[in-house]
Order: sequence, then structure tokens, then C-alpha cells
Amino acid sequence: MSDEAISESDEARDLVGEYQFGFHDEDNSVIRFNNGLSEQIVRDISAIKNEPEWMTDIRVKAYHHFVEREMPKWGSPEILNNIDFEAITYFLRSTDSTKDDWKDVPEDIQNTFDKVGLREAEGTWLGGITAQYDSEAVYHSIREDLESQGVIFLDMDTGLREHPELVKKYFGKVVPHSDNKFAALNTAVWSGGSFVYIPKGIHVEMPIQSYFRINAENMGQFERTLILADEGSSVHYIEGCTAPSFASTALHSAVVELIAMDGAKIRYSTIQNWSNNVLNLVTKRAHAMKNSTVEWIDSNIGSGLTMKYPAILLKGEGSHAEVVSVAYAGKGQHQDTGAKVHHLAANTTSNIISKSISKDGGRSTYRGMLQVLPKAHNCRSKIVCDALMLDPDSRSDTYPTMEIGNSSADLEHEASVSKVSGDQLFYLMSRGFNEQEAMGLIVNGFFEPFTRELPADYAVEMNKLLNIKMEGSIG
Amino acid sequence: MVRDMTGEILNISNLHVSVEGTEIIKGLSLTISKGEVHAIMGRNGSGKSTLANVLMGHPAYQITSGEISYYGQPLEELEVFERARAGMFLSFQYPSVLPGVKVGTFLKKSIEAVSGEAVKQKDFRTQLKAAMALLDMDRSFLSRYVNDGFSGGEKKRLEILQLVLLQPSLAILDETDSGLDIDALKIVSKGINQVIPQAGCIVITHYQRLLEHVKADYVHVMIDGKIVKSGGPDLAHKLEEQGYDWLEAKA
Repeated sequence: MSDEAISESDEARDLVGEYQFGFHDEDNSVIRFNNGLSEQIVRDISAIKNEPEWMTDIRVKAYHHFVEREMPKWGSPEILNNIDFEAITYFLRSTDSTKDDWKDVPEDIQNTFDKVGLREAEGTWLGGITAQYDSEAVYHSIREDLESQGVIFLDMDTGLREHPELVKKYFGKVVPHSDNKFAALNTAVWSGGSFVYIPKGIHVEMPIQSYFRINAENMGQFERTLILADEGSSVHYIEGCTAPSFASTALHSAVVELIAMDGAKIRYSTIQNWSNNVLNLVTKRAHAMKNSTVEWIDSNIGSGLTMKYPAILLKGEGSHAEVVSVAYAGKGQHQDTGAKVHHLAANTTSNIISKSISKDGGRSTYRGMLQVLPKAHNCRSKIVCDALMLDPDSRSDTYPTMEIGNSSADLEHEASVSKVSGDQLFYLMSRGFNEQEAMGLIVNGFFEPFTRELPADYAVEMNKLLNIKMEGSIG
Repeated sequence: MVRDMTGEILNISNLHVSVEGTEIIKGLSLTISKGEVHAIMGRNGSGKSTLANVLMGHPAYQITSGEISYYGQPLEELEVFERARAGMFLSFQYPSVLPGVKVGTFLKKSIEAVSGEAVKQKDFRTQLKAAMALLDMDRSFLSRYVNDGFSGGEKKRLEILQLVLLQPSLAILDETDSGLDIDALKIVSKGINQVIPQAGCIVITHYQRLLEHVKADYVHVMIDGKIVKSGGPDLAHKLEEQGYDWLEAKA
């Protein structure tokens, strides 16, 4: 008898509670700018970081584009148009520098990263971590064996200081500041994030992780990440994030740029678990060169509003894109997520899987774009979108867009929307499960076909979070 | 829980049940004790499945008058899952599909939910192996999703596997024989017979053929929401030969 068939992570079920990470530390910032945004604020951020002039120029240009650029008209215009950009803090430095020993990090911040589980993960299954707290990294570590192989994993500010030539060459090349209003904002006021370079042929076996923690009220967090995987290399990068629960809005607006050179493989996994007062407006895009693979595994469990559509441009022949997108929209949440894949070269392939759950009036939206250029012969793509609604107050919408310019493309598209039926609940309850346990089984079942594809630690983490959500919101 | 010394498990007294304002069960009384098998027979629409559902606590059925007690306790006070935990089991006529929920996981969690304690993997495996052997089930069942893509016969077999594993004190079998060929019927009966000595059992069926393999102590005929005739096993034979017309005339 197979163990796999009869064992499952039970420990997940033992955790109870509402949003677990809503606590906050006292604001002991070293530097905190006044709320509000202006060209001077943008210049001050650049100055305080002693940046080269070219970066200041990029920031200022992006700032003016942000001011002029109109808001997106999709997602949730009512929320977007009500963002008070003057009520946000654009820069907050918590410690005088990034430490490489937890002992040097202030105790309350240490404890916070303990509570979110980062320090335990660091010791067990990660090759390196960066812990960002509000605007900047407070702690960073990387395994020596990775460093000696030439792997660069730094927070972005340090990356710019130590590798200005690489940053200058690639910064904003995948996501230009003019891409959208929030990409412009990020380019103007970015701070923190990760800079990663994997040398040719190097396979980083243990994942590396960045953790983004917002602590201060009214905070704006604008990390900027650039990952370069050189020819034939591979890396798995994981990001996690949480924030305190406040009554007022916090803004998280990141830009992530990935470049997978010929034959390289990048897997980028996200466990987004912001508190509900965080607006999460993120631009993520990758360039995939010849025979390379890029995977976005994007789970959105928290935030009040998320608008995020990880994109992959398949630029090189034979490249492959994989987007797995999971969303949970509970009370007061709108997850507007999806994927964009552009087949720009021949023999490129893509898989998009989207799974969403709506509950207690939550709203989930799948917004997808699949494009095949006329010159891109023999492309293959499969898109599967499944939505599960746990009650009649919740909502789920699907907006798939396809632009197919080459008739040799082989496309599959499946979509389903299902509801938990009274009969299913009755059946489960007649087998001894209370309503919460019954819902939990149905939800785990809904995600099962793809959690079994995920790395074990990641799947356990995600199941845990989903179960907390399920349990916290019933009764 | 107070266990009745006489072995009485279930007592239904002058039960009236409505669904969306329509009365389906119109005054039904029945007492079941440990080790007894009560067959309930009748045409479609006579209220047999309603009885099964109302006993298990389906929210769509309202008890308008009458009483049901289970081990002397008013059944109404118990939620569906509490009835299961108190030892009641319903084998569904149409079991639900649970996409993505593996049979193996489901069975283990269900045993734990009903018993209220964690089950050791090793003990579970031993128990499961024996039950599946009894019901001639292949272990490949365990990694399939519950009832997903199952044939009618496979669904019924999974219901009886749960019956055997959960060891209820009151088993309600709602048309377990429908959709089964003669070989499958024999196998499923082995499972039911294993449970009978420790349980009271209600067997709802149209046909006499299941009763050739599962010996009923009492046979009750339901017409229009009432038990119109009760008797021993002979009554089932008579129904098989003569149908229900002679009883309907009386009713």
C-alpha cells in the first residue's frame, strides 16, 4: 500500500487562528521620511543611498512619468483611484546597515523574523536569505559554497554598489518605467529587493529566499528585484511577505525582472500573505532566451487588493514558460491575478494553471494574456483555469485574452467554475467531519492536483496558510 | 452515553417529515435493537430515502412532529457530524464526488473524525488491508479521488468499505444493492454481514435479492409515508411474487 496515498500533512490542520502575522514592532526607525511624494523625496532617497547619478536620473524620469500616467482601468478602479499617495511613507530605514549575524539585528526585529518562520527555514532548507524590514534589508546571508562558485545574491542596494555595471546593463530592461503607473512609481522610489546573478553552468541546489516584512503604519514598500541566470545555470528563488494589520492603507508595489539566458532555468515562487490593509500592485516579468525555462509559482493568499500578472516573454527558440497561480480571496479581499505569456519565437511552449478560491464575499479574478507572434511556428500552450466558490456571496471572474498570429499553434484552454454543493457537505459531515473540516478537505482537494507538483516544503507552507485562512474565517 | 440494557438503539415514534412544505413521512414508528436487521421495502416515492436522510440529519428535511431517540437521547439535538461520531452511518444511494480528495486520505481522516483520536499509520494499514481483502478491492482505489469517475458498483463498494472501517452501531443502507451485479452483491453482503452483530441495521431496498445474502429479521413495507405492513423474511418473498398492489388496496 502506498504511503503517499494515505498520508498528508496533518500538522497544517492543527494551526488555528485569524491572520497570524498582524502584529507590529514599535517604530524605532533610524530615518523615516515625512509622508508624501515629490521630486525632492525621490532625489533624497537616491542621495541617502549615495547612488550614481545615472540612477538618480532614472528615478526622476520615472517619477515624472508616474505623475502623468493614468491609473489602470481594470482590476479595482474604485480602490486605485482612492489611493492617497500623500499619506504614504516612501522611505524608512530601520537599522544603520544590513547585518550578516542575527545577533546584530535589533531584538524585536529578530523576533519578528522568528515568528514568520524565516530563521527556521534559513537553518534547514535555504541556500541564502535576505530579510527586508520596511525599506531596506536588515539581514543577509548566503552559504559559502554558493559564494565561492561565484553566485551573487545581495539586496538590490548593495547589488548596485558592488556591481554597478551589471545593474546598469539590465535594470529596467525587462520592465521599463513606462510600463504602467506602478512600475513608474517603483522605479522612482525603489528600495531594497534582491540582486541575483548565477554564473554559467552553476546549479543552485537549495532555494534562496527573500522575505519582505512591512512593519510601520502607512508604509510604502517598493522593492526591486533583478535575477540573471547565465547560460545553462539554474536557481529557485522564493519570496515571502507579511505585514501588520492596521486600519490605514499600506502600499506594496514591487518590480521583478528575470532574465534566463540560453539553457538556463529560473523558478520564482511567491507566498504572498499581506494583511488586508495592504494594496499589492506588482509588475513581474521575465525574458526567456533559447531553450531556457522560466517558472512563476505565484500564490496570493493575503492583501486587500492584489493586481499581479506574472509575464514571460519567450524570446528564444525552444524556451518554456510555466505559470502556476493560486489565489484565495476571503472577506474584504480581491485577488486580480493571472499570467501573460508571449510566444515570440518558434518551438516555444507554455503551461498556465490558475486555481482560485473565493469565500465570505471575496472576489477572485483571472486575467490572462496568451500571444503567439506570426513568426513563432509550432508553439504549444495549455491553459487551465479553475475557480471554486465556497458560498453564494463570493465572486469569481475569468478574462482570458488570446492573440494567435500563427496557425501552427497548438492550444488547449480549459476553464471551470465550481461551487461546494450541499450534498458534498452532507456527505462529508455524515462521515464525522464538522463543517470547517469538510470545507478544508474540499479546498485541499481542489488544490491537490498541483500541490503534489510543488517542492514539499513549499507545499506544506502553502497548505498551512490556506488552512489558517479556512479556519480563521469560519464561525 | 446511556446504553439501553435491552439493546435498543433507535426508537422512532409517530414521525412526520416534510420537504419544502410537502409531507413525505406521515406517521412512522419503528424500534431497532442491536444485532437486528430491518428491511424497509416499497416503491419509489414511498418515503424510504427520506427516512434514511432524516435519520442522518439532512438539513432539507423538517421533522414536523413525532420523535426519534438514539440510545435514549433525542436525535434532533445532534448535528450531522455528531450523529456520525455517535456511531450512526448512512450508506448513500448517490454518494458525492470529492475531486482531489484521495480515498486513502479520506478514509483515515474519517476514522479519526468519528473516533476522535489519531490513528497510527500502521494500524490503519492493517485494518484497511483486511477490509479491502474482504470486499475484493484493489489497493489502486486508495490513490483515486473519492467517487470521481467511479462506476455505480465501485461507489457502492466504497460505501461498504467505509461501513466496515467505521464500525457503526446503527447502519442505514439506502439502496446499496442498486447498480450491483450478482457477484458484486455477494461481496458487498459480506461487508454488511460483518457489521451486523454489533449494530442495528436498516436496509432500504426495492428487491428481495439482497435479502438472500443479508438476512433480515423484520421486513417493513412503506406506502405513502407509512409502514403499512411488518413481518418476517417471508414478507419479502411475498412482495417479490405479488408486488405491492394487494397492500395498496388495503392502505
